[in-house]
Amino acid sequence: MSTVTNAPETRKPVSGLREFWHYFSQNRGAVIGLVVLLIMVLIALFAPVLAPHAPELQYRDALLKPPAWQEGGSWTYVLGTDPVGRDMLSRLMYGARFSLVIGVVVVVLALVGGVTLGLVAGYFRGWVDIVIMRVMDIILAFPSLLLALVLVAVLGPGLVNAMLAIAIVLQPHFARLVRAAVMAESSRDYVTSARLAGASHLRLMLVTILPNCVAPLIVQATLSFSSAILDAAALGFLGLGAQPPTPEWGTMLATAREFILRAPWVVTFPGLAILITVLAINLIGDGLRDALDPKLKRS
Amino acid sequence: MLKYILNRLLLVIPTLIGITICSFGFVRLIPGDPILALSGERGVTAERYATLVEKYGFDRPIWEQYFRYLGQVVRGDFGDSLATHRPVVEEFLKLFPATVELGIFALIFAIAIGVPAGIFAAVKRGTWLDQGLMGTALVGYSMPIFWWGLLMIIFFSGYLGWTPVSGRIGLQFFMKPVTGFMLVDSLLAGNFNAFVSALRHLILPTIVLGTIPLAVIARQTRSAMLEVMGEDYVRTARAKGLSGRRVIGLHALRNALIPVVTTIGLQVGVLMGGAILTETIFSWPGIGRWLVDSIYKRDYAVVQNGLLIVAVIVMIVNLVVDLLYAVINPRIRVQSS
Repeated sequence: MSTVTNAPETRKPVSGLREFWHYFSQNRGAVIGLVVLLIMVLIALFAPVLAPHAPELQYRDALLKPPAWQEGGSWTYVLGTDPVGRDMLSRLMYGARFSLVIGVVVVVLALVGGVTLGLVAGYFRGWVDIVIMRVMDIILAFPSLLLALVLVAVLGPGLVNAMLAIAIVLQPHFARLVRAAVMAESSRDYVTSARLAGASHLRLMLVTILPNCVAPLIVQATLSFSSAILDAAALGFLGLGAQPPTPEWGTMLATAREFILRAPWVVTFPGLAILITVLAINLIGDGLRDALDPKLKRS
Repeated sequence: MLKYILNRLLLVIPTLIGITICSFGFVRLIPGDPILALSGERGVTAERYATLVEKYGFDRPIWEQYFRYLGQVVRGDFGDSLATHRPVVEEFLKLFPATVELGIFALIFAIAIGVPAGIFAAVKRGTWLDQGLMGTALVGYSMPIFWWGLLMIIFFSGYLGWTPVSGRIGLQFFMKPVTGFMLVDSLLAGNFNAFVSALRHLILPTIVLGTIPLAVIARQTRSAMLEVMGEDYVRTARAKGLSGRRVIGLHALRNALIPVVTTIGLQVGVLMGGAILTETIFSWPGIGRWLVDSIYKRDYAVVQNGLLIVAVIVMIVNLVVDLLYAVINPRIRVQSS
C-alpha cells in the first residue's frame, strides 16, 4: 500500500531545498560544522538549565581553581574558576548567547542596510549609484577592525555600539554583491516583461529581482556571521566591546590576560570557544558556497 | 594600458576626499564640544579655548572648516598629539618602521608557507594531504589572533622559555634609531647580540600576525591552481609529454599566481587590522598599539589623523597592487593597449 502512495512522488521534480541538501550533505566538513553550530545554539538557549553555577556568582574560597583533570581541580568547577572565583564553564555557556546574538544582529543589520543600498544603486544607476558606491568604497578603504575601533571610540564603548560599528564595516560587501547581481539581472527578459506588465519599482526590486540574488547573499551572510563574532570578540578583548562582568568570550580573555602564565586555563577556554564557533560557521560557509554555486555542481 | 592606469588613478580622488571627510567628521561626531574633545580631559582656559576655536576655525561655516582642514592635511600638517604635544606626523614616523618590520616578516612568513601549501594541496587534490592542509588553513582563517598570541606566549615563552614575552629587543640593548628597523640598526651598529635579540623578539609576533594571511593565501593559491590546471594550455603541455613538474612549475603556476598577487596585496589591510591586536598583545611599539592607546587616552588628534594616514597608506598599496595586476596579467595588458 505504501509503495503505491510513494510511487508518484519519485516522478516529481526534486525540490530546490532537497537538491540543496543533496549537495550540502556531500561536504562532510559542512555537516560537522552544522552539527557543532546547532550544539552551540542549544547550549546558548538552555544555558540557565545546563550551567552548573550562576555566571556572575563569585566563589571567594575558590579563586583560580584549575580544571577538574588537573592537580588541585575539582568536579564542582569542571573547567576551573577565574581570578574572582566565577565558574568558567558556566560563563562560557552564557557567553555562547552573546556571541550568537552578536552574530545574528550584526548580520541582520548589515544585510538589511547593504541589500537596500545595493538594490537602489543597481536599480536606479546614475548619480544615486555613484554616490552610494563611492561611500561603500570609502568604508572599504579603512582596515575593518581599525574603523570599527574608531567608530566605537566615537559612539562610546559597549556591546550595542560595537555591534553597530561592525555592521557598518561589513555592509559594503552586501551592497556590492547585490548591486552587481541587480545589474546583471535587470536586463533579463523576465524583468522587462514584469516591467511591461506594470510592476512598480518596489515590486520589481523586491519581488522580481531580489530572489535571484539570494544564493551569493546567503554565502556572504555566513562569512559575515563569523567575522562579526571574531571582530566583536576582538573589540571586547581591547576593552571597547562588551564590558565586564559580562561573560562575553573576548571580554573574558581581556580580564584574564594578566594571569596567562599562572593560570593558562582562564585564557585557553574562552579563545577555544571562539575558535570552535567561528570554525563551525566557516565550514558551513564553505559548504554553502559549494552547494549554491552552480558552476561547481557536478550534475 | 596608459588609459587603464589613468582611469584607476582618477578613481582614487573621490575615495581620498571621502577619507578626509571621514577623519574630519570624526572629531565633530563625538558627543559634546569638539574643542573640549580635542583639548583633552584636563579642560582649557577661556584664553586657550579662544585660540583653539581660532586655530580650527570652529566659528566658521562647516564647509570652510573642512577646506581649512584639507589644506592643512595636504601641507602635511596633521596637528599635535594632546598627550605629548608633539606633531602627530613625528610620532607616526617614529613608530611606523616597527609596524613595517613586523608586517614584512609576517607577509614573508605567510607567502613562504602559504603558496607552497596551496600548490601542494592543488596537485594532490582530494587526498588526505589536501584535506589536511585545507582543514588547517580553515582553522587558521577562523583564528582569533589575540587568543592565538596569548597561547603562543603561554607555550613558547612560559612553558618552554624559548622566546621573550614582549617588546622589540632585550632591555640591555639600546639601539640608536637610524633606519628604525631594529634588525638593520643592530647590524649597522655591528652589535650581533642585539641582532639576535631583535630576531628572537620578532618570531612570535610574526607567526601571530601572519596566520590569517597565510590561511587566505594558501586557500587562494589552491583554488587558482585548480582553475588553471583545467585550462586547455595545461592539457596541451601535458599532451606534449612535458614532465609533471615542468607543467606545474612553468605553465600552471605562472598563470595561477596572477590572482594570488592580488590576494597578497589585499592582505596589507588585513595586516594593519591584525597589527592592532598583535602589537597590543606583544607590547610592540608600532602604529597599531599607538592608535589603541590614543583611543584609551582620548587623544583624538592622534586618532583622527592616525586613521587618515593609515587609510591613505592602505589605499596606495591597493592601488599599486591593482596596477601591478594589470602589468602582470597579459589579458588586461593586451586588451587595453
